[in-house]
Amino acid sequence: MSAKTQNERAWWFVLPVVLLVAFNALVPLMTVVNYSVQESFSQGVWFWSGVDWFEQTLHSERFHAALGRQLLFTTIILLIEVPLGIAIALSMPKTGPWVPVCLVLMALPLLIPWNVVGAMWNIFALPDIGLLGYTVNALGIDYDYTQNALAAWITVIAMDVWHWTSLVVLLAYAGLVSIPDAYYQAAKIDGAGKWAVFRHIQLPKMNRVLTIAILLRFMDSFMIYTEPFVLTGGGPGNSTTFLSIDLVKKALGEFDLGPAAAMSLIYFLITLLVSWLFYTIMTRQEEEG
Amino acid sequence: MTLELRNVTKRVGVETHIYETDLTLATKGFNILLGATNAGKTSLIKMMAGLERPTSGEIRFNGENVTGVSTQKRNISLVHQFFVNYPSMNVFDNIASPLRVARESRKDIERRVHEAADILKLRPYLKRRPAELSGGQQQRTALARAIVKDSSLVLLDEPLANLDYKLREELRDQLPQLFADRGAIVVYATSEPSEALMLGGHTATVMDGRVTQFGETSGIYRTPRDVATAQVFSDPPINIASAQKRGNEILLGETRFAAQGPIAARPDGTYTLGIRPHFVTSTPAPNSAAVSGTVQVTELSGSESIAHFAMGNDVWVAQSQGVHAYDVGEKHDFYIDTTGCIFFDGHGALVV
Repeated sequence: MSAKTQNERAWWFVLPVVLLVAFNALVPLMTVVNYSVQESFSQGVWFWSGVDWFEQTLHSERFHAALGRQLLFTTIILLIEVPLGIAIALSMPKTGPWVPVCLVLMALPLLIPWNVVGAMWNIFALPDIGLLGYTVNALGIDYDYTQNALAAWITVIAMDVWHWTSLVVLLAYAGLVSIPDAYYQAAKIDGAGKWAVFRHIQLPKMNRVLTIAILLRFMDSFMIYTEPFVLTGGGPGNSTTFLSIDLVKKALGEFDLGPAAAMSLIYFLITLLVSWLFYTIMTRQEEEG
Repeated sequence: MTLELRNVTKRVGVETHIYETDLTLATKGFNILLGATNAGKTSLIKMMAGLERPTSGEIRFNGENVTGVSTQKRNISLVHQFFVNYPSMNVFDNIASPLRVARESRKDIERRVHEAADILKLRPYLKRRPAELSGGQQQRTALARAIVKDSSLVLLDEPLANLDYKLREELRDQLPQLFADRGAIVVYATSEPSEALMLGGHTATVMDGRVTQFGETSGIYRTPRDVATAQVFSDPPINIASAQKRGNEILLGETRFAAQGPIAARPDGTYTLGIRPHFVTSTPAPNSAAVSGTVQVTELSGSESIAHFAMGNDVWVAQSQGVHAYDVGEKHDFYIDTTGCIFFDGHGALVV
């Protein structure tokens, strides 16, 4: 055995990743940090403003309202998509010729780009020409998502459920088919019913994939932009202006770079914090369960 | 109590898993299903449990036809090769689960769970969940669930296969006591002949979807009815070769020795000779005849030396006491104890 060569050459192997992360995340993030602590009047004129923008954002009613809408939206779609996804996964066949058919049907909505989904639902739900909007109105229900805030919310939520429940279904299904038959046989021999099988075998065995599903759905829905932007543009009024839509309005519409930068940092930290909370709580539960 | 399989067959698609089988199992001792992986042991067990319905035939319990009765309505316990417990429940709740389903009183449940836990040495772990237990503890929990129930049919499907050696020995010693005097029919599937011999009771040898023989374990080991049974019930595999009987002599290749036992009374002709590896050794003895072959593989276990050697078209195994050195690829003389030879006729049936 020869003595190990000691040199610093290994660092070269790390360099590509460092560069990638730098250009991908660190440099843009630091630009945002740079904006968030300064005030810019015109090109090249900068004033140090400290944490003023952060204070302003945290105290602004507009931010509170957008954050509230965002939290409400995410809560609602999680409450709908997770149970619905599990229910659909449970009712899908485990073997046989229908399995690929079901899987492809389930995967279809996931393959459609966000802006197309928004445009589809925009036309689909229009009260005068859209199939859904026209039908609902023909049934005697007054429905116009361009005028009525509640209708707008229902439409945005329906769109998200249509687009993303499949993700939960596919993950839950993957968890379900990985349960060995022996567990179901043991339950049968004990004389356990369907609910007991779900509660004591299927749910605990799906724990891991559900953690991932909830986490992904939380992050995605919390950062949702394209679909509601194309569908409602944040309206009517500000009723469907979620955080990211508000942020873009502020940064690109009003060109308030400082406050927008501060807001996006706060937004980023909230997403990070809640994701971490979700993950910690759910993995701890798993350890106990 | 009896469990009877009458003309039972199982086909899945075009494949036949179980050919027509008749089997009557009783409460006395273990009923062992011995056979290689995929021989059909698990199929038989699933049909006994009612988890699968036979394609044809009947399953009778105490003379009553239970073929179509669902598993939930039968009083059965099943322990799998994989450790199957409810992941979200602790050990106590796992053991209690069949009693809870049966709506036993809280007091009764507590008493019986503790009883079972004591027998299987699970007392210290009652509060733990399956994920926090070792493999042996998990399987003991599954066994406790099986004994707590007082079922009339206990099915053990290779319950020790996934345990390490030490635990396997320990549990194997305990198992017959666990189920003794419970008045249940115990079926135990295994792929290891030595396990069948240690557990005793009755054995059914299973090969390629057929039960080749059923009877007292030691009896079957001593006098297997046919070549298939002898092959299933031998580890290392029994040595098989074609031999001639001419007059008072047996001709095995270039080796000749005196015909003794039942074969002596049979007419001259071609027979199949079977001899268990421990009758083939590398040291000569008074009754032995020499054969020679090219050593292919050797295994040492400390107390035994095993050599696989090629003799004509057959590969034989010799199992000698002590440590012997063999040169792989070299010709070597082995000695067969001629009293250990058994013979099968042209149909594969034992010559008696």
